Amino acid sequence: MQLFPCPFCGPRDETEFHYGGDAGNARPDGVDVPVGRWADYLYLRTNPKGTAREIWVHMNCGEFFVMERDTVTHTVLSSTALGGENAA
Amino acid sequence: MTRIYSALSLFKEGLAGQTGWQPAWRSPEPKPSYGAIVIGGGGHGLATAYYLARNHNISRVAVLEKGWIGGGNTGRNTTVVRSNYYYPESVELYGLAHRLYEGLSRDLNYNVMLSQRGMVNLCHSTAEMEVGARTVNAMQINGIDAELFSPEDVRRVAPIYNFSADARFPVFGGIWQGRAGTARHDAVAWGYARAASRLGVDIIQNCEITDFIIEGGRCRGVQTTRGAIRADRIGMAVAGHSSVLAAKAGFRLPINSYALQACVSEPVKPILDTVVLSPGTGVYVSQSDKGEIVIGGGLDRIPSYAQRGNLPTLETVIAGLLEMFPIFGQLKLMRQWAGIVDVVPDSSPIIGESPLPGLFLNCGWGTGGFKAIPAGGTLLAQLLATGKHNDISRPFDLDRFASGRLIDEAAGSGIAH
Repeated sequence: MQLFPCPFCGPRDETEFHYGGDAGNARPDGVDVPVGRWADYLYLRTNPKGTAREIWVHMNCGEFFVMERDTVTHTVLSSTALGGENAA
Repeated sequence: MTRIYSALSLFKEGLAGQTGWQPAWRSPEPKPSYGAIVIGGGGHGLATAYYLARNHNISRVAVLEKGWIGGGNTGRNTTVVRSNYYYPESVELYGLAHRLYEGLSRDLNYNVMLSQRGMVNLCHSTAEMEVGARTVNAMQINGIDAELFSPEDVRRVAPIYNFSADARFPVFGGIWQGRAGTARHDAVAWGYARAASRLGVDIIQNCEITDFIIEGGRCRGVQTTRGAIRADRIGMAVAGHSSVLAAKAGFRLPINSYALQACVSEPVKPILDTVVLSPGTGVYVSQSDKGEIVIGGGLDRIPSYAQRGNLPTLETVIAGLLEMFPIFGQLKLMRQWAGIVDVVPDSSPIIGESPLPGLFLNCGWGTGGFKAIPAGGTLLAQLLATGKHNDISRPFDLDRFASGRLIDEAAGSGIAH
């Protein structure tokens, strides 16, 4: 069992967390968004091998946050509450 | 020199002291250019090269594999072959693969040990039986063999299932596909490799792609750890690493890579002669020809390129296995492993030209690529040879993510991945 650091609750079992997608995948704004941009937002993923910046939710406390992780070693590099400059 | 594998050649070689066997495929140095390059020496890549040579007479083909052939998901799956899908597009695709599998040993002159022992997807409630009946009807309308099983039918094919009165997942019936079964996964890779090599295809192992050669907005070749290799038509079939290559080519894909793990027990005497899948436990089981109980389950839900499974998922799978088959509680696990699978939002593959002209995709098979190898190879070969889709591959083009015409087979795997 790997422990993930929740910025609010501290280190908790990996099974308490749910992956939420790429960090920084901002929803397109406005009414004239081209189809390709919507497809990009909805479906296309960076899916990096190595360092990844991801949105996660700690299902116990319900808080969303940004976790930086290595997708090969599974090492957690950082865990930051979502808000301020991380809001996007 | 013995070229044909047969009982007669086995007998002759026995008399000749086994001196006439040749390596199953050649290992040539890469040439500077080819008619077509296939990236990825798994089942899909090797099948693509074989069908390019056999169906389209294009034999100046190289298969470039960063490790050894069949060492990725082709060697890491649970070897199930089936076509029990819901939507007509999927039925065409997996039905093609299933039919080709049935003739594959003869076609390749290589025994892939296809064993059509049947597969039952269990239904654990009245509601699941109604959905099961709908699935069976859809399969039959689409021309795929399917049968709705009663509890007695399930008991007949899987008597060791937990039929006790207090079972957590009681059996109300099941979806049966009698033509489903298992095949020897390594043999599929080796058989395609041997057959392709004999038709002139160069299989080049330990050759990793480092970059694409892009000229005039088109893909003209690849830079590799063994030098530059040029071709005007390049196909990639690299499963969980598709996004990594796509990044080098300058585009993104609707793919997340996850570990999917499996495990086998120590070998035991024959006890289970079919494939059993329980949507309740999220576990499916078969017994290999060597006697091992082969166990598969759901994805590890953490994006990963690690090729190893996490323990919580393994625990869930084993708990599910023991709920289904309490008799297996005495077994010892022998091996556990994982492959990196390319999961797409609609759980259907991506076959078609990439955003970089000249580079063609065969990816997104997610948790179910092995069963589709002959079809993936046939369809990518046709794309590379003609630049045009087969009617079967057209619905699976990357453009469906902009058009919104998704083929949502999330339930097709039988397990909520």
